[in-house]
Amino acid sequence: MLSIGQPQIKLLEKLCNALSVSGDEGEVRRIVLEEVKPYADEVKVDALGSVLVRKRAERSRSALRILLDAHMDEIGFMIVNDDGDGLYQFKPVGGIDERHLPGKQVIVGRDHTVGVIGAKPIHLTTSSELEHTLSADTLRIDLGEGGASIGDRATFATKFRRVGPSILSKAIDDRIGIAILIELLKHAPKNIELCLSFSVQEEVGLRGAKVAAHYFEPDLAIAVDSTPARDLPHYEGAENFTYNTRLGFGPAIYMANSSTLDDPRLVRFLAETAEKHKIKYQFRQPGGGGTNAGAIQQARTGVPVVSVSVPHRYTHSPVSIARVEDWKNTLNLLHEALQDVTPSLVKSRQ
Amino acid sequence: MNDILPFLKSMISVAGLSGYEAPIADLIHKQWTPLADSVSRSRLGSIHALKSGSVSIASPRPSVLISAHMDSIGLMVSRIADSFLHVTNIGGVDPRVLPGTPVTVHASKTGEELYGVIVMPPATLLPEGKGSGVIGLPYLLIDMGLTPAEVAKRVEIGDRISFATEPVEMSGGLLSGHSLDNRASVAALTVCLEELQNKKHDWDIFAVASIQEETTALGAITSAFQLRPTIAIALDTTYGSGPGASGYETFPLGKGLTLGIGPNNHPFLYKRMKEVAARVEIPVKDEPMPEYSLTDADYMQLTAEGIPTLLVSIPLRYMHTPVEMVALKDIQRAGRLLAEFTASLEADFMNKIVWD
Repeated sequence: MLSIGQPQIKLLEKLCNALSVSGDEGEVRRIVLEEVKPYADEVKVDALGSVLVRKRAERSRSALRILLDAHMDEIGFMIVNDDGDGLYQFKPVGGIDERHLPGKQVIVGRDHTVGVIGAKPIHLTTSSELEHTLSADTLRIDLGEGGASIGDRATFATKFRRVGPSILSKAIDDRIGIAILIELLKHAPKNIELCLSFSVQEEVGLRGAKVAAHYFEPDLAIAVDSTPARDLPHYEGAENFTYNTRLGFGPAIYMANSSTLDDPRLVRFLAETAEKHKIKYQFRQPGGGGTNAGAIQQARTGVPVVSVSVPHRYTHSPVSIARVEDWKNTLNLLHEALQDVTPSLVKSRQ
Repeated sequence: MNDILPFLKSMISVAGLSGYEAPIADLIHKQWTPLADSVSRSRLGSIHALKSGSVSIASPRPSVLISAHMDSIGLMVSRIADSFLHVTNIGGVDPRVLPGTPVTVHASKTGEELYGVIVMPPATLLPEGKGSGVIGLPYLLIDMGLTPAEVAKRVEIGDRISFATEPVEMSGGLLSGHSLDNRASVAALTVCLEELQNKKHDWDIFAVASIQEETTALGAITSAFQLRPTIAIALDTTYGSGPGASGYETFPLGKGLTLGIGPNNHPFLYKRMKEVAARVEIPVKDEPMPEYSLTDADYMQLTAEGIPTLLVSIPLRYMHTPVEMVALKDIQRAGRLLAEFTASLEADFMNKIVWD
C-alpha cells in the first residue's frame, strides 16, 4: 500500500498554496513539471497550457493506454477595473457563491499581494439591508495603496493546514487530484501505458481535458477530482439523505452526473478492486455536477470513462476540508486498479 | 518614537472577547508597566495605568481618564451537533461576513486553541426558507476538521470563538486584521504614554483599557466610577470611508482623526482639543453624533455626579468584519494629540470652563 507521509503532505501544501486560477495556471504547472520530469518518458505543455505526461509500458504492444486526468486550475477572480485609491472591481472566475466574499483576505497577482474584501459596518446597515446578500458587484478588493493590474488573477488567501485527521485548503479541488497523479507516476505500473493530463480550465468548462483526450487517444480514462461532501447534520435532526458523499468513507466512485453516465464496466471494476484489496470506498450519490470525464468521453471515437473523487466539504469556498485517509484510499484504489486492469475490461460488453 | 506596529500586530493576534479579556489584558498590562507609575486591574478586569501629575499641584490633583476598550466582538458556542458547533454572537456581528471565515475555538475542557472555519450548510439541511439568501447566524456552523469524539472531548457550550484572520500589512502604511476596533486605540494610548515620558504634565493621567464595551460598556461604567476623573476622553475607532460606506458618518483613512460633536461631547473639551490639534498640526475633522456616540463616552459622561467627556476617534474601514483596516499614521497622530492635550491641562483648567 502506498502511504501519505511528510513528502506527500509537503507537496500538496505547495500545490494548494499556489495561485492558479483558470487560464493562468503557471504556478501549478511549474510545480508539476518539476515533479514529473524525472519519472516520465514524455512531457509536453500543450496548446492550452495543460501538462501532458506519458509513461510507457514494459511491453507496449498489448498494453492498455489509460488516461488519468486532474485539473490544475481553481476558482478565483479577475481584476477588471481600477477604481483608484487602492480599490479594484473584480469578477468571479468559476462557480463562486458570492456569500463567501465579504470579510475575506485574497491574494492577487504573481506576487500574491494580500488584499481584503470588506463590507459596510453593521452599525451603518439597515435591518432591511441585512436581509439581502452583499452582491459581488458592490464589493471591491482593497489593496491599500494599490499595485494590481487589470487582468490580474486573485483567489482566497487561506493557507493550507493539517488539523487532526483533516487537511484544510482553498484548493483541495483539485490539487489533491494533481498530487495523486504525481504519486501514481512515481509508482507507475509497468503493465499499462500511463497517460496523465494535468489539465487547465476545468472550472470554466472542461476545456483542457477535451483537447488532452484528443491528443492521447486512450483506451479508457479516469477523471481524478474532488467532490462535495454534504454530510452535515440536519438543523432539525432529520436524517440527511442528500449528502452526495461523506468524509472518511473513502474514494467516491461516480455512476452518473449531469455530463456523464460513467461506464458501468469501469464502475464495477473499481468497486471490485476496492473489495479485493480491502480499500474503503463509496459511491457518489448520482445527481448533478460534472467532471472532466464529461469532456474526455467525447474525444475522437469515444472513450470509456469513470470519475473517482476525494470527498471534501465546502466546495469553492475560502476553505475546503478533506480527510487524509480518503486521499490515501483514493491513491491506493487507483494504484491497485492500474495494476490489476487487463485489456479484456474494455473489450467486454457493458 | 517607538514603532507601534509590532505591539499592535501582537494585540490583534490574541483573543480578548468581551467578558473574556484576559489574553489581551495580560499583553497590555506588560506593555504599560514601564510607562506608568502604577498599573492595576479593576474588580472586573479593566486595566488602570496611572501616570502621576506634577507634585507641585495641590492634592487632590485633577485627573483625566483616557479610555480605550480592549475587548472585541466574537462568537460563543450555543449547541454541539456531531462534530459541528452552532454559535451565537458576542457584540454586533453581521452574519453576512462569516461564511468561510477562519476562527479560533477556545476549548475550555482542554485549554486548547482550535482552528475552525465558519460554514454554510446546504439548503437541504436547513428549515424551509432558511437555506437561501442570507444564512442567519443560528444556521451557520463551525467545522474544526475533527471527528465528533474529538470535539466532545474538547469543546463545551459557552466556549468562546474569536476570528483567526491573520494581520496583514498593506501598502500605504495600512494594517488589516480583526479586532483593530479597538486595539488600534489601545496602540494609540500606548503611544500617548510613551510621548508623556518626556513631557511635564500637571494632571494625573489614567490610561484605561476597558472591558465589555462591545456589549454593555461595563468597563467604562465601573472604571469611571472607581477612578472618578475630573474629565474623561474616550478613544475609539470610527467609520472609515470605503466601498459601500460613503455617508457623512464616514471619514478617510490616513487623513487624520475625528472629534465628536453632540450631547456626549463636552463643548469645552472639544474646543481645547481642537486648539491643541491646530497648534501641533494634527488634522482633525468634526464627527457629528446627534444623539449618542455608541462608545465608552456615553457611559463615562453619566458616571456619579457627571463627568465632562469627549470622544476622539481613529477612522477604520470595514468595522466589525475580520478584515478591518486602519492607517498607522492616524494611530501615531492620536497618541501624540492625546499626549499634547493632557500636557496642556493647566491646574486651573476646570475654572476656565464657561458655558455661555
